[in-house]
Amino acid sequence: MKIHNTPVQAVAAAFFFIFVLTSFVIGFIPGKQIGLNFISFSIEMLKVLPCAFILVGLFEVWVKKESIEKHFGTTSGFMGYAWSILLAGTSVGGIYVVLPLACSLYNKGAKISFVLTYVGASAICRIPMTIFEASFLGIKFSLIRLLLSIPLVILGSMWLGNYLEKKDYKIKGD
Amino acid sequence: MYYLYPVTVVALLISFVIDRKKTLTALTIAGKKFISIAPAFVLMLVLVSVVLFIVPDEMISHVLGNNNNFSGLMAASFFGSITLMPGFVAFPLCGILLGKGVSYMVLSAFTTTLMMVGILTFPLEKHYFGVKVTILRNIMGFLTALVIALSIGFFFDELL
Repeated sequence: MKIHNTPVQAVAAAFFFIFVLTSFVIGFIPGKQIGLNFISFSIEMLKVLPCAFILVGLFEVWVKKESIEKHFGTTSGFMGYAWSILLAGTSVGGIYVVLPLACSLYNKGAKISFVLTYVGASAICRIPMTIFEASFLGIKFSLIRLLLSIPLVILGSMWLGNYLEKKDYKIKGD
Repeated sequence: MYYLYPVTVVALLISFVIDRKKTLTALTIAGKKFISIAPAFVLMLVLVSVVLFIVPDEMISHVLGNNNNFSGLMAASFFGSITLMPGFVAFPLCGILLGKGVSYMVLSAFTTTLMMVGILTFPLEKHYFGVKVTILRNIMGFLTALVIALSIGFFFDELL
């Protein structure tokens, strides 16, 4: 999830601020307009961001994903999907964390369709992300999206998992 | 989003009453996350304020807004599939675009493909899952995103 500030980006940002500042000093109207855009967007963001980050922080402190990981793989049937979704919801970090974990779950004996559910759900049901989504697009948006996407991800993973098992496909793993 | 403040305050209070130390840790985590994402954030705001100055509001809502659903949906899912952007940056960007008249349906196509379809992360995913599973999984993600977008459009009364 971390984006490192490369030198190019830093230079671009510095150039932008010098440009805007100069525009205000010499009265260059397009530059002033861009600067005002920046200020108004920043204010909009600052109204929402602190709350969203605090909620994410609280979530990470109070939810222990290790306890969920323990259940994973030992369960089967419907509960297997439920644990996959829960584990995905509580996972932090992007695809770089999700893929290795998915492989290790598979190597520990979890079904392909559970593993695929976990990968799919970690893209769409991560709770910290959903907090951000709801903060900026509204709770109604997040609820509809979650209620639709969870069944779709489960169905898709079931289908793909069964198909692969029939073909006796093995995930390479790492 | 004014419900955000009461929700945050109540959550903080409850957490503080139960365990002060954990609450302080949570605040530290929040601060650290904010600082680590800040550079990407400032850059996004810079780009957006320049682009939105050059492209007039009417044009944005014309291409991505309610009047032109199909092209907006296609454009949004295309960009969502090829770009890499952390959600911490993508959702605030969507908040700005929403204010500019872009429809919920188009925003959902963008965010869902962004999260479910990873063309740029293909080499990485291939390394773990193999080519076949990766391709099937991404196609499935794209179709899922379209279904979700159309349903969002239906629930927000943006279809037709």
